[in-house]
Amino acid sequence: MNPVLVGTALPLGDDALVLAQRLGEWAGHAPVLEEDVALANIALDLLGQARVLLSLVGDEDELAFGREERAFRNVQLVEQPNGDFAHTIARQLYFSTYQELLYTELARGDSELAPLAAKAVKEVAYHHDHARQWTLRLGDGTAESHERMQRGLDALWRYTGELFQPVEGLATDLGALREPWLERVSAVVRQATLTMPEGPDVTAWSAGAGRQGIHTESFGRMLAEMQHLHRAHPGATW
Amino acid sequence: MTTAATVEEAAPQAGLLAAFEAALAEDSRIEPRDWMPDAYRATLIRQMAQHAHSEIIGMQPEANWISRAPSLRRKAILMAKVQDEAGHGLYLYSAAETLGVGRDELLDKLHAGRQRYSSIFNYPTLTWADVGAVGWLVDGAAITNQVPLCRCSYGPYARAMVRICKEESFHQRQGYELLLALSQGTEAQHAMAQDAVNRWWWPSLMMFGPPDTESGHSEQSMAWKIKRHSNDELRQRFVDICVPQAEVLGLTLPDPALRWNEERGAHDFGEIDWTEFHEVLRGNGPCNEQRITQRRTAHEQGAWVREAATAYAAKQGTEHGEVR
Repeated sequence: MNPVLVGTALPLGDDALVLAQRLGEWAGHAPVLEEDVALANIALDLLGQARVLLSLVGDEDELAFGREERAFRNVQLVEQPNGDFAHTIARQLYFSTYQELLYTELARGDSELAPLAAKAVKEVAYHHDHARQWTLRLGDGTAESHERMQRGLDALWRYTGELFQPVEGLATDLGALREPWLERVSAVVRQATLTMPEGPDVTAWSAGAGRQGIHTESFGRMLAEMQHLHRAHPGATW
Repeated sequence: MTTAATVEEAAPQAGLLAAFEAALAEDSRIEPRDWMPDAYRATLIRQMAQHAHSEIIGMQPEANWISRAPSLRRKAILMAKVQDEAGHGLYLYSAAETLGVGRDELLDKLHAGRQRYSSIFNYPTLTWADVGAVGWLVDGAAITNQVPLCRCSYGPYARAMVRICKEESFHQRQGYELLLALSQGTEAQHAMAQDAVNRWWWPSLMMFGPPDTESGHSEQSMAWKIKRHSNDELRQRFVDICVPQAEVLGLTLPDPALRWNEERGAHDFGEIDWTEFHEVLRGNGPCNEQRITQRRTAHEQGAWVREAATAYAAKQGTEHGEVR
């Protein structure tokens, strides 16, 4: 394994894989048929990114199905359960804004990730637009949707600080993305008549934890479901 | 129809009816603005709604395995397939709307149990191999049924079917390929594939509907050129296609009576369990309750989202003079 890519492609690939897994859980449960299509579409884009990134590191299936919880390097934000539609949209807004900024930066550079980033940036721009439009509709829709959207933003806020912790081997200065991220997210939140969450954007002990393999409790269960069949047939091809 | 009232109503429309029948006779398409008999419209609405409902209920047995797909490639294929099914539902609801019904109205009828979906989706997907069996057999049966619909007399339905059949054939090949990989894999994988085929074979044959002697709508639908072949004709065609495919797969079909009949140039096959068929249609299949409950729950739990979208559009309309 190329140690630089283990440091860079693995965490970004895990982010995309884990969020794709969560979004895949929506299939057949969305509030309208158009959202069944849209959420599956976003999940597929992310899964595509994950496959490219993990393949840079090693065998995609070995990495996805053969590692235990402590070896996954995704941020805790993407592993958070779907909750209601507003909760899912809040997670999408936070993460797609981050991914768009990050991939734009990576596409400019000359790292091994640049070609993937150049292609994926178009996809994540679409994801961001989708999340933005729904944040506006829910925030500035009915009293109920406003309240639910605000709750989603508030509940996930504590996982956003980790996005800007340095990733070893990644030349991009993630800390520098924080200001533009805040600006973009708060512009959407304000336009949606919502308020930016207050308080710490990391939990007291978990800054950068996901990147070090320290995850939240629901993640282990998610992996158990994702991996069980592959693990039950060692060495089989599918 | 021969009731007196229908005859009286029909009289002033004699010219319209003649034009409609002439169009059918010369195989030209009926379009939304054309006059059509009320019963033709009602039959199409019923059939297209049922078809659309089948696409969206049909997402459930397959989506059941998205989170557990055993490789990332298979997961991506399955996600894309379920996404296509939602898309097919959308095309078909749009096509049905050209007949003057709304999607919401049709969904309400589905949720109230007043419109049906294909009985096949009331069977459970119990192993990963079921995803392959559904692709090969269920999509295969659907294609056999649907390819003739590409020449259906109602234009919007025929055009939707052209697009849908292309995508369905692709899914069917992927399902076949999934089963082939299992059949040629480890012993456990092969057994998993055979078990899935054993469980899906007969329900797939039931997808063609009751035997011709008991099919209520068939004669009229054939006269209207909505339907082009009888249930039993299509079922026979499907069996004849599947037998050699099963051989290539290295799997058997669970029917001791299945054999080639030289005289007929077709396969003879065993009797379908029509009691099971009617029980599933009556709501007593293994998953009827679960499928409709999940659909209703998604719809009910999504109500606040749809209301928010409507309220937002209205606000945009009044405040900014535009509806986004």
